[in-house]
Amino acid sequence: MTKDRTLGEHMSRRGISRRAFGKYCAYLASTMALSPKMAPAMAQGLAAARRQAVIWLSFQECTGCTESFTRSYSPTLEDLIFDFISLDYHHTLQAASGEAAELAREQSMEENKGKYIVVVDGSVPTKDGGVYSMIAGHTNVDILASTIENAFAVVAVGTCAAFGGLPYAKPNPTGAVAISELVGNKPLINIPGCPPVPEAMTGTIAHILAFGSLPELDDKHRPLAFFGESIHDRCYRRSFYERGLFAKSFDDEGARKGWCLYEVGCKGPIAYNTCATTKWNGGTSFPIQSGHTCFACGSPNFWDQGGFYKSLPSRTSSIGTVAGATAAAGVALGAGAALIAANRKKQYSKET
Amino acid sequence: MDLLSFARGPALQFAIGVFCFGVTWRLAILLFTPQARDLTPARKGALPSPIAGGREVFRRMWPEIHPTGSNMFTTINGYVFHLGLAVIVFGFAPHIQLIKSIFGTAWPSLPNFVIHIAGGVTIASLIAALVKRLTSPVLRLISTLDDYISWAVTIAPLITGYMLVGRLIQPYNTALAVHILSFVVLLIWLPFGKLMHAFIVFISRARTGAYLNHRGAQL
Ligand code: SF4
Repeated sequence: MTKDRTLGEHMSRRGISRRAFGKYCAYLASTMALSPKMAPAMAQGLAAARRQAVIWLSFQECTGCTESFTRSYSPTLEDLIFDFISLDYHHTLQAASGEAAELAREQSMEENKGKYIVVVDGSVPTKDGGVYSMIAGHTNVDILASTIENAFAVVAVGTCAAFGGLPYAKPNPTGAVAISELVGNKPLINIPGCPPVPEAMTGTIAHILAFGSLPELDDKHRPLAFFGESIHDRCYRRSFYERGLFAKSFDDEGARKGWCLYEVGCKGPIAYNTCATTKWNGGTSFPIQSGHTCFACGSPNFWDQGGFYKSLPSRTSSIGTVAGATAAAGVALGAGAALIAANRKKQYSKET
Repeated sequence: MDLLSFARGPALQFAIGVFCFGVTWRLAILLFTPQARDLTPARKGALPSPIAGGREVFRRMWPEIHPTGSNMFTTINGYVFHLGLAVIVFGFAPHIQLIKSIFGTAWPSLPNFVIHIAGGVTIASLIAALVKRLTSPVLRLISTLDDYISWAVTIAPLITGYMLVGRLIQPYNTALAVHILSFVVLLIWLPFGKLMHAFIVFISRARTGAYLNHRGAQL
């Protein structure tokens, strides 16, 4: 596909009608909480958009994010967005390997200076000079720094890239850090999740293509349209939570009746993500609908929240030893002070 | 470490340490300080001291309004916020979960609307108690800094809790952390101020009951 072809032209070659495309843009606009009036503008912007160069860097990751995107409900118009972007470098998907692959990255950077988007999945190890993850003899830190230098924006995909994720979990043996710690002032979008919802990714890219700017972000650089509300706020089991009806285990009567999963460890109240509304597999379901708890996998430190099956208010550090030791110290000091006072009193009454 | 992890982890651990130390320290002083023995014989018909003490603990839980009604507000308002606090602490599902994670025991929770009503009533009642303290010349005179700090650390978790469930602080994580931290402050202050009455009240009432019974006072 030539880089000069617009998305509109690409669409008609794929046999997608203007009407279907218009509907898709209306859907995108609504998932991104844009006013319905923005849908035609989005359609117009997208139709006129030229191929966007994307360089996808994979660092300390499990490829789950790529798996999620490539296995998104297909064939859909979301595919079109992926088809349309010029994915110039991606370890898992590119045909080239070795030096040819690295050359493709450098060439794309040169040809699209200031215009290309860098998508990153995985965290970056910084300990011991960053030796725990190297590509073509270069550390992830160096590759990231050189690749983002002339990028238009950086998109950190998945919780590892956005917040450190699993590699960052205690004891973080590789000194992993989130991408946000290494990009300086470069425009950054975080699309966390383990893996992230594909629509959050395509929606964000579509927004950039249509409007040439980043979508509205929250304080953690997440697109507000997808991460503005918590799972708890949008959960269909919420009425059970309000009524105090909780499943006590995964196969009790409460669980079978679809009651709230708060007591079996649901982290929905602290999870800001779009699963409860967008859902997975083309809107089929999401973890809570399937009878499991939400892990808050798109939140910082979700791996270290005190246990996936411990309820949210549970203490996260051991208290028994501290309570026992301090109580013993209190009794010893209090009893000692009382005895000293009693002795003094005795002495005083002897003297007088 | 983010604020919520800090609140749920080291902050709560530290506060529980201070709380356990403070409570046991003060109780040990109270219980181990030798008391002057009452050598007088007990009055005729006096009950055994443990029974008299226990009876007094329960007897004083029953509200007694003075015939002139002068203690009406303090008595009723006192009941309202104490009961309100009990409903919120022991009836709200997340609180029961915290208690379960510490003591390993849990019980069914109350519906959230009951907790919301109890929260509103308790906050109003505590504000009324403060207004009474500030407007009554006698109460104001005998009030110390301890009274005001104890009031503030008691109402703070209620207010932060209300802001949490009402989503007045965003995001939820920050609101939850602020709520837990306000509870942490309460735990740290409790043993060293007048809130220690939560533990001492039973000892002092029992002792008073036993003493007055020994002396033959009509209770
Ligand atoms: S299942 Fe989870 S997200 Fe849903 S209402 Fe219960 S606690 Fe909230």
